[in-house]
Amino acid sequence: MKIQEYQAKQIFQKYEIPIPRGQVALNASFVRQIAEDLGNKVVVKAQVLVGGRGKAGGIRLADNPDRAEEIATEMMGMEIHGLSIHKVLVEEAIDINREIYLSIGTDRMNASPVIIASQYGGIDIEDTSEEAPEKISRIPIDPLAGLCDFQIRGLAVSIDLPRKHWKQFTKIANALWMIYQNNDASLVEINPLVISEQNGLIALDAKMTIDDNALFRHPELADLRDLDMEDPSEVEAQKYGITYIHMNGNIGCLVNGAGLAMATMDILKLKGGEPANFLDIGGGASAEKVSSALRIILSDSQVKAVLINVFGGITRCDEIARGITTALAEQKRKKTPMVVRLVGTNANEGYTILKKHKLPVARSFVEAAEKTIALAGVKTK
Amino acid sequence: MSILINKNTRLLVQGITGKEGLFHSELMRKYGTNIVAGVTPGKGGEWALDEKIPVFDTVETAVRATEANASVIFVPAKFAFDSIYEAIDARIPLIICITEGIPSMDMLKIKSILKTSETMLIGPNSPGVLTVEECKAGIIPGSVTIPGSVGVVSRSGTLTYEILYAMKEKKIGVSTCVGIGGDAVTGTGFVEMLSLFEQDPNTEKIVLIGEIGGKEEEMAADYITTEMTKPVIAYIAGLTAPQGKRMGHAGAIIEGRAGSATQKIELFKKAGVKVAEYPEDIPALL
Repeated sequence: MKIQEYQAKQIFQKYEIPIPRGQVALNASFVRQIAEDLGNKVVVKAQVLVGGRGKAGGIRLADNPDRAEEIATEMMGMEIHGLSIHKVLVEEAIDINREIYLSIGTDRMNASPVIIASQYGGIDIEDTSEEAPEKISRIPIDPLAGLCDFQIRGLAVSIDLPRKHWKQFTKIANALWMIYQNNDASLVEINPLVISEQNGLIALDAKMTIDDNALFRHPELADLRDLDMEDPSEVEAQKYGITYIHMNGNIGCLVNGAGLAMATMDILKLKGGEPANFLDIGGGASAEKVSSALRIILSDSQVKAVLINVFGGITRCDEIARGITTALAEQKRKKTPMVVRLVGTNANEGYTILKKHKLPVARSFVEAAEKTIALAGVKTK
Repeated sequence: MSILINKNTRLLVQGITGKEGLFHSELMRKYGTNIVAGVTPGKGGEWALDEKIPVFDTVETAVRATEANASVIFVPAKFAFDSIYEAIDARIPLIICITEGIPSMDMLKIKSILKTSETMLIGPNSPGVLTVEECKAGIIPGSVTIPGSVGVVSRSGTLTYEILYAMKEKKIGVSTCVGIGGDAVTGTGFVEMLSLFEQDPNTEKIVLIGEIGGKEEEMAADYITTEMTKPVIAYIAGLTAPQGKRMGHAGAIIEGRAGSATQKIELFKKAGVKVAEYPEDIPALL
């Protein structure tokens, strides 16, 4: 789960990482008031969970409160990469002498936390890791030993940080490690970390991602989730313990298991179709879960046909069939064609339950895909 | 012969009295697995599975009393760190963790602990290990496969059953099937399993089932090029997966440019691996 910049900065503040003075606003007149309180020039920053805000006009400088209000009026309701702006962060503009990069994240390949620094602030860390890895210093952190001062000094030297800033840099790096650990973050990033002549180091931006699997031990962070930033169908599916991801095609998929669900989407594409979604009902799904899943799939008006592909292990195919029956009964006017493939535990019982609905069935994966694509009105490859 | 587990495996079940643990322990025993003990803190002294399997409070006492040499873990994600560490501490050589949803930080700590231990951890978020007609440690349905000489290693559950089933339909049997788990941080990866299959005299060919996210497949492709003599057939799920979305498994996510299916398939092909276009295509390539 990603959290907004202003939320991450509130956490930074708790851990005494210096941030610019500022406040978040939901409307333009409040932006004006904040700008007046701050005095001087301010920066208005759109709060959307997407990269490349600056380039898309989501970060703008205002010379005075009038201008700040104007900018905020323009921004509110504007969209960046499909996400509309509801909140802006208004901050004092900072004099910048130099920008650096600092983050702590999870290095998946080496299965270890890693602290990363670069003397080039504002860089895209991913592009730079590939194109100019020499510009980046990475030091793995042993989670049992924690981040050690010698490692931070090593980083300071590698990015050519003047000695007078070392003490503050060490404090910030340690705070970042505490934030990473205490909040089960998978990334905490300051990009850029600004060196200002008068004020020392200041975190100009803040990015933070929390490990979804750890939210059970951080209810206060789970509350920060911004549902406006998510697809409503995906949110609805989660209520039932279903993983649903919306795609742009016209063939709905209902599958048990993440790998099988991906494989089902892939074969549809391979045979000339376009999947409308990824959907994993998980293991041992009940009939209620299946009918809820179908309801979500069919709420997408693009869907012309549905492929139900279930391999019964712990999941019982008769339960699946019962769920399909319920969903079919709810379909009053328009009937979306469905192809059913049931294999494994109680598959025959499942087919018996479905007999009266005369749904097309398929024995193989390929047959299932081809039949569904044909019903969706697309030519198979 | 097989890898990891066989008829001599003395299996311990951590979380044996829980709903999942009990359900699957019964299936494991029905398959012929030699379950010697269970652990549930607070229930030591009780008996499970028709009063035949002793339950202990701690892994250490269970191991001392029963000489268990492998453990399968079914405890909920909240308690999984503790259970895995407890099994490592009791020096169990092989741990298979089925639990899904363990916080990443807990696994990073486990990985650090494993560095100074002899224990091998399979999973978490794994369907387990099945050595056909000898031992089942986990939730892979025994009925989907027959004995044979193909080793199977996968990051997925039901997709693996689908492939085992497609092989069975063509009368192709399996030596051992291992699920390494669908999380971003797992105990062991493809490379360790490929190396075990390479050394196993009863495995002639290997089927590798990968998916988007991470670098496991990339490292496997490297290893196959330099170390493997046995043929490997691969299938990679997620060609249609969008970037930046977690496709059900915590580990199945294309991050930036890294981890796409196209990239993995290309590397496998370069390593001389036959790559199946869809799951049912695998038997033909064997």
